[in-house]
Amino acid sequence: MKKDIVLAGVGGQGILTIASIIGQAAVKQGLNIKQSEVHGMAQRGGAVLAHLRLSSDAIHSDLIAPGTADALIAVEPMEALRQAESLHPQGVILANSRPVANIGDYPELETVLAALRAYPRSLVIDAEAMAAAVGSARAMNMVMLGAVSPFLGMPVEVLEATIAEAFARKGPEVVAANRQAFAAGQAAAKGI
Amino acid sequence: MTQLLLLGDEALAQGALDAGLSGCYAYPGTPSTEIMEYLQGSREAAERGVHREWSCNEKVAMEEGLGMSFAGKRAMVCMKHVGLNVAADGFVNAAVTGTHGGLLVVSADDPSMHSSQNEQDSRFYAQFAMVPCLEPSSQQEAYAMAAHGFALSERMETPVLVRLCTRLSHSRANVAVSVDKQPMKELDALNEMRGRFVLLPVIAKRNYVRLCEKQDEFARLSEESPFNRYSDGPDRSIGVIATGIGYNYLQEAFAGACPHPVLKISQYPLPKRQLSRLLAECRQIMVIEEGMPLVEQMLRGPLGDGGRTRGRLTGDLPRTGELNPRAVAQAFGLPAPALPAASPLVKMRPPRLCDGCPHANSYDALNEVLKSRPTSRVFGDIGCYTLGALPPYNAIHTCVDMGASIAMAKGAADAGVHPAVAVIGDSTFTHSGMTALLDAVWENSPITVVILDNGTTGMTGGQTSQAAGHMENICAGLGVAPEHIRILTPLPKHHAANVEALAAELDYAGLSVVILRRECIQTLRRKK
Ligand SMILES: Cc1ncc(C[n+]2csc(CCOP(=O)(O)OP(=O)(O)O)c2C)c(N)n1
Ligand code: SF4
Repeated sequence: MKKDIVLAGVGGQGILTIASIIGQAAVKQGLNIKQSEVHGMAQRGGAVLAHLRLSSDAIHSDLIAPGTADALIAVEPMEALRQAESLHPQGVILANSRPVANIGDYPELETVLAALRAYPRSLVIDAEAMAAAVGSARAMNMVMLGAVSPFLGMPVEVLEATIAEAFARKGPEVVAANRQAFAAGQAAAKGI
Repeated sequence: MTQLLLLGDEALAQGALDAGLSGCYAYPGTPSTEIMEYLQGSREAAERGVHREWSCNEKVAMEEGLGMSFAGKRAMVCMKHVGLNVAADGFVNAAVTGTHGGLLVVSADDPSMHSSQNEQDSRFYAQFAMVPCLEPSSQQEAYAMAAHGFALSERMETPVLVRLCTRLSHSRANVAVSVDKQPMKELDALNEMRGRFVLLPVIAKRNYVRLCEKQDEFARLSEESPFNRYSDGPDRSIGVIATGIGYNYLQEAFAGACPHPVLKISQYPLPKRQLSRLLAECRQIMVIEEGMPLVEQMLRGPLGDGGRTRGRLTGDLPRTGELNPRAVAQAFGLPAPALPAASPLVKMRPPRLCDGCPHANSYDALNEVLKSRPTSRVFGDIGCYTLGALPPYNAIHTCVDMGASIAMAKGAADAGVHPAVAVIGDSTFTHSGMTALLDAVWENSPITVVILDNGTTGMTGGQTSQAAGHMENICAGLGVAPEHIRILTPLPKHHAANVEALAAELDYAGLSVVILRRECIQTLRRKK
């Protein structure tokens, strides 16, 4: 078993929360992990990136070679395009459609979304709206995690248990909202 | 053994803790910051009473660490690569005094300059100071090298440099952690042989001879190091030297089955025995090293070697920037997937000041004052506020190294620039702005020093700032005239008053300090 996953977004959107839950779940599965993260810019609003590699064998490089990733999870649509070259031709793109338009020359959103949909295996969803519909727009990341879950080669129950642990401190309602957000993402990914 | 998921930085920190660390000294800097932060968050470190407070700058940290080593205890000093420039005096001379308790000097390089002004390679400093260098290739090695490094340091009475890189420092992996912890060392500071710490020429000359004599033993220890490894391969048309994380990219490129003989190097000086074998058995040598071509240049020699040694200098690998698995695969002519052209829809998204950041209001006020003073030049410094160089502010003309703002403003004022303004953050000021301010006090230089006092070291994530709460006293203590020390609050409602005060001080023909004080909103938010 070997999965290479690229995560992309804008500083402050919390892509490391997604990476960390996948990573913890992989540890439970006895898998090896390497997770390369962008740190060091306290300022918000820049492009951020993480590489997450899971394998039952030894993992050598901390970085994923471009053109080889199994999945790209982007919580922002233009950031999905920025990292698209990391993807293997058969890889899947899972992108949130809500833009963070904090720059003057942000491209026309519909064009960006169309470019993403043109990839053979892609899913573009309004993760924020889906999260809001089940209780909390802040659970947007868990919608994205749910959407990628079928491509991780891991039992869903392990991911669900890890989500529950990750949010346990914040109380049962937060756990429930996040699990529902996860389920919503999972349902949306059916059929890719 | 227990398994933890740790960043390279954290693995080293945990390794040091398990090896009986007594004190960590550091100034924050990407990608090294998480070493100290891990120790600060560690219950174990708290229970053991390990020292783990930030220092004012890297030189101070280096000397504090050396003091702990003098007293017989194990110390670790951490910084980013450019921090070693600041600490260099202490570092190079610590090689001459030698150490007592184990001393690790950790310098984290940032090739590709993700968050730095340059991509200097710390291994050169180890070579220059003539001390051993450890360069882990994995998080597990980073963990193990702490104990190994302390033992090496104590055995040879030398500081040991640990060189990290962004991709190891900031990558998380499973690390098997020992459950047996070494005890901390006992205090041992009254030993007469500590006379070697007095670097008077008569003693320093002796010490330096001794340091030169150690070199053969360092090389022998490299040959025996568990972190250096020779693995044979059938295809000797080319032999490979892979250092640090370069080794991982090599393994990735050949899916763990490199057909060439490979010398993996993670401990310097170079292991001569293994190196001689590789050079004797292989026609060409490919050198894969993160950062600058240190080993490659050594093998090539000053005149080049007719293309026998290959790497960054021959264009087989990129001359600048960090390595990656694709570049390494291509160096061996391995097939790499064709990549689609970058989408023209993708635009640059540089980092910005946070919404509500006090620096934004400070620049708004400063820019208004400068508008009517076209001969002004603004000397910037390093921190979140360096983003003031970008639109919409376009407010600063220089950013070189920490503390340079005040000294450059003074030099430019000496040359006739007026108004000459320095813009510096509070942490950068205590790091290395204070001494430059003292020069300006001495000559009553006609400069205005604008201190952006947000009470923290914001850029690296909000670490302590030693001037918090008494910046004006420090400036007055250095001798700035109290009537030319102003304290303003950078908020839109004070904009007009701030503009007026800044204008008055810019037009004053002597030294003035304007402290713009409001807390970083990120640290403020965290307290809530
Ligand atoms: C010699 C050196 N050490 C460390 C760093 C990393 N670094 C850059 S800016 C900075 C601190 C900035 O703090 P401050 O001056 O208070 O400004 P703020 O970011 O809070 O606005 C640090 C630690 C560096 N660039 N150079
Ligand atoms: S982290 Fe603090 S100092 Fe830095 S940009 Fe944000 S608010 Fe400003």
